[in-house]
Amino acid sequence: MNRLLPVLVTTAVFLVGFIICSLQYPNFASTRVVANLLTDNAFLGIVAVGMTFVIISGGIDLSVGSVIGFTTVFLALAIERHDVPPLVAFALVLVICAAFGAAMGAAIQYFDLPPFIVTLAGLFLARGASFLMSTESIAINAPLYSDIAGYAIRLPGGGRLTIIALMMLAVFVAGGVLLHFTRFGTNVYALGGSRASTALMGVRVGATTIRIYMLSSVLAGLSGIVFTFYTSAGYSLSAVGVELDTIAAVVIGGTMLTGGYGFVFGTFVGVLIQGLIQTYITFDGSLSSWWTKIATGVLLFAFIAFQQLLVVLARRPPRRVAGVVPS
Amino acid sequence: MALRLPRSGVPQVLAFLAILAVNWMVSAQFFDIRFQDGRLFGSLIDVFNRGAPVALLAIGMVLVIATRGIDLSVGAVMAICGAIAATLADTQPLPVVIAAALGAGLLCGLWNGLLVAVLGIQPIIATLILMVAGRGIAQLITEGRIVTFTSPDLAWFGGGSVLGVPAPVAITFTVLVLTILLVRRTALGLMIEATGGNARASALAGVGTRVMTMAVYVWCGFCSALAGIVAAADILGADANNSGLWLELDAILAVVIGGTSLFGGRFSVVLAVLGALIIQAMNTGILLSGYPPEFNLVVKAVVVLVVLLMQSPRFSGLAILLSGARK
Repeated sequence: MNRLLPVLVTTAVFLVGFIICSLQYPNFASTRVVANLLTDNAFLGIVAVGMTFVIISGGIDLSVGSVIGFTTVFLALAIERHDVPPLVAFALVLVICAAFGAAMGAAIQYFDLPPFIVTLAGLFLARGASFLMSTESIAINAPLYSDIAGYAIRLPGGGRLTIIALMMLAVFVAGGVLLHFTRFGTNVYALGGSRASTALMGVRVGATTIRIYMLSSVLAGLSGIVFTFYTSAGYSLSAVGVELDTIAAVVIGGTMLTGGYGFVFGTFVGVLIQGLIQTYITFDGSLSSWWTKIATGVLLFAFIAFQQLLVVLARRPPRRVAGVVPS
Repeated sequence: MALRLPRSGVPQVLAFLAILAVNWMVSAQFFDIRFQDGRLFGSLIDVFNRGAPVALLAIGMVLVIATRGIDLSVGAVMAICGAIAATLADTQPLPVVIAAALGAGLLCGLWNGLLVAVLGIQPIIATLILMVAGRGIAQLITEGRIVTFTSPDLAWFGGGSVLGVPAPVAITFTVLVLTILLVRRTALGLMIEATGGNARASALAGVGTRVMTMAVYVWCGFCSALAGIVAAADILGADANNSGLWLELDAILAVVIGGTSLFGGRFSVVLAVLGALIIQAMNTGILLSGYPPEFNLVVKAVVVLVVLLMQSPRFSGLAILLSGARK
């Protein structure tokens, strides 16, 4: 019960928020709004799954936003300028992202560097590489893109569950299975608890670390692919600052930043809460976009303070039974 | 002994001179300095002038990093303070404008310090809150517009001069001297280093680690506020979206180039400022050489990696091992 408390609180916050919004705007509680919530936040959700693994292992990945930007530019150039078939381009970019993530993981593991600064260098490198490839916004007109944009599962009530929303849901399910039901997932939790003990238990710490950052970068690449579906364009300045939104979503989802604790489902709710704030602001119409940032910051603070409180409570020695004098 | 350096600083000075020499080869007029309208002009002066905001941030950041912390919010604090100064500039007298902006910076620093020192939240995460929310607050102050002003008093902070030296350079130099006097003429520097080296041991030895930690974040907020004023005065306006964007990364990079370890402990304020100048000299060089400014990010990424690898204990151990094996 105690283990699930942060996730339950997050879920409750989302449900209460959704009910408040629905009471204020009668059209809010419709499949249309919910489906759009999933579609608009699909790229954020996919990259947040990778970030959940990284943060549970006790690390952080600041490069994801830049990797998304790199992917969109790479895809646009490959598909539009060099006539590479889209599926081949997807495979290519995912391989590049995997290599990039593996390199960061290896630098963190073998040179004993803080993940924060290594992925910061990764942020510069990926963003710089996308600037070097092209600084203009390139539209993608491949037939595959219009097919994907045109297809959706129609829900009763006018909602359209798009391909990218389905992709996000699939990534969440796959991420949940990988984290909670496989040996790799257990190793990720162990790393977040204590690196030294994990190594002493016989877990291959190096290989696991490299795989974690590889996973994060590959999911960032996948998120970049989804981003091009969403915008039908590649632009080197796309997804600037997404790493912060992603970290915020993971933290709001109840994952401990010190590592060793968290759920993929919590991250899903965290992403939905961020989307809910944005949808509310759109519905309201009079609130400006910067309130999103302020509201996210306030929520972030509330959840971090809540986590800190739980840690303090857990450390408190059990209350002495009345009447028993300690010897 | 006020200028005592923890490390020799020879590599940094050599690197700076080498970059200046390269700039001179790229553009023969690099070292030409003119005296015009009571102020010095020239590319070399420009390096110091443009580097001033990052140098100010680095002065605050180096103390935070010395306590094993990090402050990601400096760019957002810059934006807040610049926005306050620009909004008030045309209606309030200069002392009120400056006091309001600096006061806001001190408050932001106090907030970060409280989260880190009292609530015990990891510095990356604690300052992430203000990094996310701060830009929203800055946009709230400017109401999403780019606020411009005409007040010549505030404009002095960007375009004025003291004895021919541009005002930003003079301000940076003053803050640098003040900081060095504070940390090296008193026991403060020693206590900061002790806090960063081992907070628990220092607390047991009687160092007020909590107060020290608070103080460095407050000082960092103050320096960021000054940087924000200089940046706003420079363009005669405040752009809440772009002022100080990514400068937190430049400031951290400057501190790392200056040889201060991200693991806390010994630090050098002078070398951090030199690090900021090195970054600016590289930027100027890339601009002068006619390469697109997009190269900046890639060059920075490479510099971060090289400096990190040189600092990594594993890497130097490897080098010693290899040279030993050869013999």
